[in-house]
Amino acid sequence: MINKLVATTAEAVADIRDGATVMIGGFGEAGSPIELIHALIDLGPRNLTVINNNTGSGHVGLAALIASGQVAKMICSYPRSLNSKVFPELYRAGKIELELVPQGTLAERIRAGGAGIPAFYTRTSVNTPLAEGKEQRTFGGKDYVMEHGLSADFALIKCRTADRYANLLFNKTARNFSPVMCTAAATTIVQTQEIVDIGEIDPECVVTPGIFVNRIVKVEQPVVESELVAAGVHYP
Amino acid sequence: MNKPANNDFGWTREEMAQRAALDIPNGAYVNLGIGIPEMVAQFIPEGREVIYHTENGLLGMGPEPTPDQADPELINAGKKMVTAVPGAAFFHHADSFVMIRGGHIDLCVLGALQVSKNGDLANWSTGAPDAIPAVGGAMDLVAGVKQIYVITQHTTKEGEPKLVEECTYPLTGKAVVNRIYTDLAVVDVESGGFVVAELAPGVEFEYVKQQTGAPISLRT
Repeated sequence: MINKLVATTAEAVADIRDGATVMIGGFGEAGSPIELIHALIDLGPRNLTVINNNTGSGHVGLAALIASGQVAKMICSYPRSLNSKVFPELYRAGKIELELVPQGTLAERIRAGGAGIPAFYTRTSVNTPLAEGKEQRTFGGKDYVMEHGLSADFALIKCRTADRYANLLFNKTARNFSPVMCTAAATTIVQTQEIVDIGEIDPECVVTPGIFVNRIVKVEQPVVESELVAAGVHYP
Repeated sequence: MNKPANNDFGWTREEMAQRAALDIPNGAYVNLGIGIPEMVAQFIPEGREVIYHTENGLLGMGPEPTPDQADPELINAGKKMVTAVPGAAFFHHADSFVMIRGGHIDLCVLGALQVSKNGDLANWSTGAPDAIPAVGGAMDLVAGVKQIYVITQHTTKEGEPKLVEECTYPLTGKAVVNRIYTDLAVVDVESGGFVVAELAPGVEFEYVKQQTGAPISLRT
């Protein structure tokens, strides 16, 4: 019987090693798998490359992972936040590397990575500093920049509903990068608020088919990042 | 020529947004940037139906939520809580940028640091050595959306022109801006350079010319 359910977040992330590349779902706090990130902090692998749109808020979740010194490099589109000085301080001190990627290019690089497409051409960033050093080609009289597909060893994802096959439903704009990240990691680990019986999710409505997911762990009442930040919580 | 000390001179932030809203056609799919552009939605003339896209995965974005509607998993690209109107759709980031890059969004309204006479836009970085570089979706929007409108003050706080011969800040995109709404005028970017399409109340063309860092003409 297929059953992707594991008992705890600690068990779910237990094989993430030093030097791993980890995609983390979420856009700001929406869709951020905070409980899985905290399990990764507890586990303590270092020299990680993390792919997320942002760099976290306050001192919880992604910001706490960065503050712990476990992240060597961030690949993201917008590493500034009103509520976090963690990334800027490490970046200015030369203690963390940044690969800045336009948001749509980041999404498409992840999609390509999951789809077995090594590279693609886009108009985005042509004639800007972010195109420097990249291969360019002209199609139909317009210039395009070549961008590489992006894949990862692990993806950490939050969703609302899953079944034991790991078919997934998300919640509103908490979906964001998560469905494409599920496709682009060798091992995709999902925390879900609820687990339903096989057949309960209408096949017409499945957002991420279970083939893209390796493990699910139930986190029934996930913390709300902005509430933790407002309360000044530091993890661990 | 000094700026007259007159309340009827030029447009306020709200009035700039209101003026831009007049140019949003019925049925348009529109992406609004953070800041003054966000205010455009409040001023869409009665009788027009406009669908707002936010790049984090929502088509049919509605206004700010009431306290009981507030949901931290329903936010806009500026990470502010929003609502979804009836008929809205959620989708993932790759699809969201298919809408943008693929030319399916009709119009985008953005802020600017500088716009050059051929429509180059600089709005993501001042290039300052200690700044944390952050680009978000700006480069994708200007590369893919059919019409790019900019709302900006005509000059910086220090009085430097923001409509310039050539951008000195790093570019977001080259030859991408179609129209600019400033506190002084509505300015079109045409093949021959900047053209004033409309002057704000109390503003004379000579004053606009003086505040602009590149040749500018008045549409007659």
